[in-house]
Amino acid sequence: MDKEYVGFAALPNQLHRKSVKKGFDFTLMVAGESGLGKSTLINSLFLTNLYEDRQVPDANARLTRTLTIERRGVEMEEGGIKVKLTLVDTPGFGDSVDCSDCWLPVVRFIEEQFEQYLRDESGLNRKNIQDSRVHCCLYFISPFGRGLRPLDVAFLRAVHEKVNIIPVIGKADALMPKETQALKQKIRDQLKEEEINIYQFPECDSDEDEDFKRQNEEMKESIPFAVVGSCEVVKDGGTRLVRGRRYSWGTVEVENPHHCDFLNLRRMLVQTHLQDLKEVTHDLLYEGYRARCLQSLARPGARDRASRSKLSRQSATEIPLPMLPLAETEKLIREKDEELRRMQEMLEKMQAQMQQSQAQGEQSDSL
Amino acid sequence: MAATDLERVSNVEPEPRSLSLGGHVGFDSLPDQLVSKSVTQGFSFNILCVGETGIGKSTLMNTLFNTNFETEEASHHEECVRLRPQTYDLQESNVHLKLTIVDAVGFGDQINKDESYRPIVDYIDAQFENYLQEELKIRRSLFDYHDTRIHVCLYFITPTGHSLKSLDLVTMKKLDSKVNIIPIIAKADTISKSELHKFKIKIMGELVSNGVQIYQFPTDDEAVAEINAVMNAHLPFAVVGSTEEVKVGNKLVRARQYPWGVVQVENENHCDFVKLREMLIRVNMEDLREQTHSRHYELYRRCKLEEMGFQDSDGDSQPFSLQETYEAKRKEFLSELQRKEEEMRQMFVNKVKETELELKEKERELHEKFEHLKRIHQEEKRKVEEKRRELEDETNAFNCRKAAVEALQSQALHATSQQPLRKDKDKKN
Repeated sequence: MDKEYVGFAALPNQLHRKSVKKGFDFTLMVAGESGLGKSTLINSLFLTNLYEDRQVPDANARLTRTLTIERRGVEMEEGGIKVKLTLVDTPGFGDSVDCSDCWLPVVRFIEEQFEQYLRDESGLNRKNIQDSRVHCCLYFISPFGRGLRPLDVAFLRAVHEKVNIIPVIGKADALMPKETQALKQKIRDQLKEEEINIYQFPECDSDEDEDFKRQNEEMKESIPFAVVGSCEVVKDGGTRLVRGRRYSWGTVEVENPHHCDFLNLRRMLVQTHLQDLKEVTHDLLYEGYRARCLQSLARPGARDRASRSKLSRQSATEIPLPMLPLAETEKLIREKDEELRRMQEMLEKMQAQMQQSQAQGEQSDSL
Repeated sequence: MAATDLERVSNVEPEPRSLSLGGHVGFDSLPDQLVSKSVTQGFSFNILCVGETGIGKSTLMNTLFNTNFETEEASHHEECVRLRPQTYDLQESNVHLKLTIVDAVGFGDQINKDESYRPIVDYIDAQFENYLQEELKIRRSLFDYHDTRIHVCLYFITPTGHSLKSLDLVTMKKLDSKVNIIPIIAKADTISKSELHKFKIKIMGELVSNGVQIYQFPTDDEAVAEINAVMNAHLPFAVVGSTEEVKVGNKLVRARQYPWGVVQVENENHCDFVKLREMLIRVNMEDLREQTHSRHYELYRRCKLEEMGFQDSDGDSQPFSLQETYEAKRKEFLSELQRKEEEMRQMFVNKVKETELELKEKERELHEKFEHLKRIHQEEKRKVEEKRRELEDETNAFNCRKAAVEALQSQALHATSQQPLRKDKDKKN
């Protein structure tokens, strides 16, 4: 049987054209203590020099420095595809001697973006909603220590349910290969122990080719990414020119997968998972925020259960609803309904009683 | 005449005259005697390592002394900074070294690091205090005393490439007047040559502009002045530590093997480890001990004694006499004690009087109450008596009435019983 060609197989192409026309926008937050190579990595990732004009403060200035949020916008184009990238920086994080609560401005910032979007979404004119929500947060961990420090844990705990976290080990050329493996394992264990939810890679569809699946697996297993960044192009000891760092004992190549995970990170962030990061931000994290917000409006004083539930990809793809596990919500609703009904009954009874006594009073009066 | 001459002689000491010797006497062996004595005694050296957890302090110690000290790895989750001293007995040739390595565990891990420097300062002061106590003892044995005063503090700087951290500045400022500080850039295989140059300049600039006094290798001794001067310019030393050996060429050297190359610890092109070892151990160890004793310890001692009330008399003709000051202090102290005792006794007597008064008052009150209650009790009793009498009267009255009624009744009965008799009588008639 020869089916007639209908033509909807061309849908992906239409989608492609439309998205190219629309362009992409992406907000990336970079966080971590100073001196871990964040700015250099961003420059390497996007092959630009975003941080040309910055001033690094000295120790005295850092003593009482508080955290500020800085936004930088970059418009890039490649192969006809336009990307508007917004970089959010957190200078001052971990700088002062007393860092208590220094992460609060970051949390506030992320929530403000959600709030803004919520307002826009609930507005009358929804044609041009600007999406300034943070889609991804690269958190830099120091390679000089033995895993996550108390400050790292505190920050991650404060933001993990509000933004996609990708943990990154900065300046990874301080670690020999077996040290890198040990540190990665330690960090993974600690993340599990502290119940911090980092960005989960989606499972591959079964119809993807083997190569892609293998790459995906590799990427998953190398979290947290151990990266090295460089703004310089050097000779690799031979004649090739590579982006890297030149030492007396050798040259670290940024784009060499045996030297560091830079390629993995770039592939993941830019080539394969950018859209997924945006979707997770919208479908999971934003919806969670929205549910919490609306719940607290509808029932002031209701306990914030949503903040304690686990992120589940399955529920997100099936029903784009708030994150509360359904069974719990149902139970809550039923309980509250019962209460309401009981209270109504009591009210009615009391009203009836009152009426009765009133009627009696009238009767006795008339008598 | 003679008397005044004598006076003059006894008051003014003449300049010692220098004479030349006619032959070899032999007192040029004095330094050797000193050395051999010291060698038999053994030396002690105390190093304090301050730096973030995981920055490479233990590895560097192992590398410096070419041994494995088997130090326990610390976690990042210490509540506060604590000092962990560990003493080892080392021997090289015939020289015994009692090495104490003190670790500042947990430094830099807390979220609030305001008080991080305090345990370190307290520890250093405690060692000075112990020495001072030993010195002030009546029967002391200083030659036998295990000197635990910190001779050098190796401050490990994180290789951020930018500048010092705020914690570093604060801590070094607190320590620079108490201990010889040698700043070190740890894990220096993360910084390239040009970055290192800029980093070193930045650090030294910050130290100078904030008035932090780090240890300067001495340049007054001719033998070592030159090398020390050169080394002073290389501060802070950028070091790499490793206890693992890697084959380079046909030799096994201590190194770190990366996919892109091998960093050799003892290669002067790769890092300043050799310089550190030279300066710290081979050239200036004795100077560090001396500086600790003659500068830092003396400063501590002076402050402490001034606190206690002792003073160097200056301007007065009488020299400072510890004994006199002691006596004066002792008298003062004893009179103070007596006064306090009197006061306490007085207070005690007063308190006793007060309590007695109170007790008397209470007794009187109780007595009153007792009387009052007794009276009430009697009142009640009387009332009860009255009532009882009334009751008795009533009962009597009632009984009388009862008797009267009964009598009437029986009469009435008698009368009626007689009537039918009369009737009968009438009938009979």
